[in-house]
Amino acid sequence: MLTLNINGESHAVDVSEDMPLLWVLRDVVGLTGTKFGCGISMCGACTVHVDGEPVRSCVTPVAAVAGKRIVTIEALEHDPVGNRVQEAWRELDVVQCGYCQSGQIMSATALLRTNQKPSDADIDAAMTGNLCRCGTYARIRAAIKLAGTRVTSV
Amino acid sequence: MKDMKGSAPRSATRRQVLQAGGAFVLAFTIPGCDRGGPRERSAESAAGAASADVTREAPGLNPNAFIRIDRSGSVTLVMHKVEMGQGTFTSIPMLIAEELEVDLSRVKLEQAPANDDLYADPILGGQITGASTSVRGAWEPLRRAGAAARMVLIEAAAQEWGVDANSCVARNGTVTHPETNRTLDYSQLVDAAAKLSPPSIVPLKEPADFKLIGKAHKRLDSPAKVNGSAKFGIDARLPGMRIATVAASPVPGGKLKSTEDAKALGVKGVYQVLKLDDAVAVVADHMWSARQGLAALAPTWSDGPHAKLTTAAIVAEMAVASSKEGVVARDDGDARQTITDSGRKLEAIYQMPFLAHATMEPMNCTVHVRSDACEIWCGTQVPAIAQSIAAKITGLPLEKVQVHNHYIGGGFGRRLEVDYVAQAVAFAKQMKEPLKVVWTREEDIQHGVFRPYYYDRLAASLDENGMPSAWTHRVTGSSITARYAPDWFKDGLDPDAVEGARDLKYGIPNIRVEYVRHEPPFATAYWRGVGATHNVWVVESFLDELATAAKKDPVEYRRALLADVPRLRAVLELAALKAGWAEPLRSSSERRFGRGVSAQFVFGTYMAQIAEVSVGKEGDVRLERVVCALDCGQVVNPDTIVAQIESGVVFGASAALWNEITFDRGRVQQSNFFDYRIMRINEMPRVEVHIIPSTASPGGIGEPGCSAIAPAITNAVFAATGKRIRKLPINAEELRSA
Repeated sequence: MLTLNINGESHAVDVSEDMPLLWVLRDVVGLTGTKFGCGISMCGACTVHVDGEPVRSCVTPVAAVAGKRIVTIEALEHDPVGNRVQEAWRELDVVQCGYCQSGQIMSATALLRTNQKPSDADIDAAMTGNLCRCGTYARIRAAIKLAGTRVTSV
Repeated sequence: MKDMKGSAPRSATRRQVLQAGGAFVLAFTIPGCDRGGPRERSAESAAGAASADVTREAPGLNPNAFIRIDRSGSVTLVMHKVEMGQGTFTSIPMLIAEELEVDLSRVKLEQAPANDDLYADPILGGQITGASTSVRGAWEPLRRAGAAARMVLIEAAAQEWGVDANSCVARNGTVTHPETNRTLDYSQLVDAAAKLSPPSIVPLKEPADFKLIGKAHKRLDSPAKVNGSAKFGIDARLPGMRIATVAASPVPGGKLKSTEDAKALGVKGVYQVLKLDDAVAVVADHMWSARQGLAALAPTWSDGPHAKLTTAAIVAEMAVASSKEGVVARDDGDARQTITDSGRKLEAIYQMPFLAHATMEPMNCTVHVRSDACEIWCGTQVPAIAQSIAAKITGLPLEKVQVHNHYIGGGFGRRLEVDYVAQAVAFAKQMKEPLKVVWTREEDIQHGVFRPYYYDRLAASLDENGMPSAWTHRVTGSSITARYAPDWFKDGLDPDAVEGARDLKYGIPNIRVEYVRHEPPFATAYWRGVGATHNVWVVESFLDELATAAKKDPVEYRRALLADVPRLRAVLELAALKAGWAEPLRSSSERRFGRGVSAQFVFGTYMAQIAEVSVGKEGDVRLERVVCALDCGQVVNPDTIVAQIESGVVFGASAALWNEITFDRGRVQQSNFFDYRIMRINEMPRVEVHIIPSTASPGGIGEPGCSAIAPAITNAVFAATGKRIRKLPINAEELRSA
C-alpha cells in the first residue's frame, strides 16, 4: 500500500510499485483529466506536476512519487500561476479537440513559474515535448506570453 | 456550456429529418449492416421538419429534435454533429441562437443520440460528421429550427397579451411588446407555445441583421477543455467496469495461433483473457495490469496469405494497374490526341503513401452488453453506424443499442470507422461487466485504417504560348467509397478518389481524368481532406511543372488560367499580395529559401496558400511561413476559420514532410511518435489567414487548409532547390546540397 498526495488529498493505493503514475491517476483514483497519448514520454499528454516540476506520468513509477506533492489539471485552478494560464487559454481560444491540452497547460504552468517572460526559444524548450495533432501551437505560444504578463502581478 | 448527457431527447421517436429544402439524399450503408438499402428521404422542407410536430407534452417546449426549453427557461441544444476540435459545438449553437434569440452563455449542449432519421446530414445522408459538411449542411435547416421555435414563443406571448405577433420582438430569451412595454421570459411561454400550431412559413434574417453569425465567439467547449473536466470516450468510468488492452493480428488477415493464458492470468490484477479469431484482449483492474498481462500472454499468429506483404510489392502492382485505361471521370475535347500531336509535352508520375490518422486519443470504446440491451460509450463521427454494427454483433434490435457519444480527441476520418467499436463489442459480449477497451499507441498506429496509397500518371501539352492545351490525369488507388458508401460508387468510379482532379478549375480546353481501382489486401479510410488532399497535391504540383516548362511565374500562370473562376482568382491574387510573392526572399549560406503556391476549390471553399520554406544542407525542410487567402462564403465564427487553417496546415505539413505507413513481412513498420513524426511547437510556421468577406452560402473549413499545404510546400522546395518532389513524404536525402 502506497500513500499518495494528489491535489492536496491523501490517497492510499494498493498497486505495484512500478505502475506508472498515469494509470494510478486515471484508473485507480479516477482523475481522468490527465491523458494517455503514447506511453513512452513522446507526446506530453500525461504531464502532471510533482513537487512543482513537470513530469511525464506515463513513465513515472508510482513508488517514485509516494510522499511527494502531485498536482493534476483538476486542481490547477487553485494554483495562482496555473489559474492565469487557464484564463489565457480561454481568452485566446487555444483548444481544438482538447485532448492534449491538459498536458500543454501543465507544461506551460511549470515554465511560467520560473520564467514569467519566456522568449520564443524558452517556450520551444519547455513545450517541444507536448504534441498537438490539431496544431494549436501558435495560440499556445501566444497564451503563454499573455499569461506571463499576468503572472508577474500574482 | 454545462455537462453533456447522452440521454435521448424526449421527442426522439418522432421523425424529423434535418434536410436541405427539397433535396433527396441517399443513406449510407455499410457491408453487413444494410438497414434496407438506399432510402429516399422525404423531401419535406427544413421549415416543415422543424415545425411539423410541436410537442404537446408539458412541461416545456420541444419544437424539434434540436431544441428544448423547459419551464425554468433552461435552453438545451442537441448537437447532431460531434465536436472533434473543428468548432461545431460553437458554430452550430450560433446558427440556432441567431434565430432563436437566446444568449449562448445560457444554453446547455447535449450530444445527440444515434438516430439517422432525426440527425442525418443533408449532404452526406447519414448522421455523420465529416467532409467539412457541418456548417454547410446545418446552415439553413438549423437557423430555421431556431426561427420556428422563436415564432411560436412570440405567438404565445401575443395571444397572452391579445396583440398582433408582428408587434412583438424576441430578444435574449424574452418576448417584448414595445408599445405597451410588456415582457415575458421564454420560461413563462413554453407551455402555451407548446400548444400552438407550428408556422408554415419560416423566414430567416437577412445577413445585415445577424447579431452572432460572422462575429467572433469564444468556443463553448473551452472551459471544460482547460480544466480537465471535458469527457472523452477514453474517460468513461462505470461501476464495476474492467479495463482491457488488445492485440490484433499484426498481418492483415492473420489469425490468433497461441497464447500463454496461465502466464497472463498470473499477473496481479488480471481477470480474464478474451479471444476473437484475429485478436486477443487481457481484462484487468486497470491498464497497467492489462498491458503486463498482454506481454505475458505472448500471442503468436498465423500470418496467412499476406505474410510476405511489402509496400514495394503493393506499389509495383499499382504501377502495372495504372498502365491500363481507367474509368473515365471527365473527358473534355480530345486530350490524348492533342498530347500525341503536340511538340511540347510533359509526363509525370506522382505517388502518395499510406497514412495513419494518429489521433492524440488512441482508439478506445467502453461497452456494457446485457441480455436485453447494449450501451456504448465512445467518441465516434458516426453514432448511427456504431449503433448498427453493435446491434449486428449482439443480435439485439437497433433500438436496444444506445450510443453515448463523447468529445473526440481527434477524428480526422479515423473515427468514421467503427472497427474499434465492433471489436470492443465482440469482446464485451463475452462478459457481464462493462468493459473499457483501450488500444496502446502502438496498436493504434499499426492497426489504423490507412489513407490509400495513390499512384497518379499525368501528361500535358503546351501551346505556342506555353499554356496547357491538353491535360490527362489517371488516378490509381483503392476505393474507400466502394466499401463505405457503395451507393455513391457508380460504374466503377469513386467520386472521392478523383475529387479535386475531375473538377479541375483551370481553363484547359482538353481534359481527361480516369480512375483505376486497385485494392491492397486491407481496407483503406478517409483522412483529413479526403480526395482533395491527394488530388490537389498532384494537380498543383504538375501545374507548377507546366509553368516551369513554359518559363512562366507560377502565380501568373495560374491567374491566366482562372479567368472564368473569379472567386478563385481573387484568393490567389490576395495570397500573392499578402505574401509579397514578387519580393525577394531571405538568403543565407546555411539554408536555401523558396516560395510555392497552391490554389484550389474544394469543400465549397476557394483557397490559395503560399508557403515559404528553407532547406538545410542535409536536406531538412523547414516550413517558415504560410499565407492563406480564402473565400468560404458566409463566415459563422471567424476565429474558427483561422484556427482551422492553422490546424490543417500543421496536419498536412506533418504528412508532406515526414509521414508514411509502410509494410514489411506483412507488418506495419511504424509504431509510435518517434517513427510517425508529428510537427512540434518549435517547427510551427507563421500562419497568416486572410478572409474575403462574402454572404454566399458557407463553404467547409475543416479540411481545405490541409489539402492546400502539401503542394505549396513541395512547389516551394522546387523553388529553393530545383528538385521536383513527385513522391511523398519528402525524402531529405534527395535534397542535400552538393
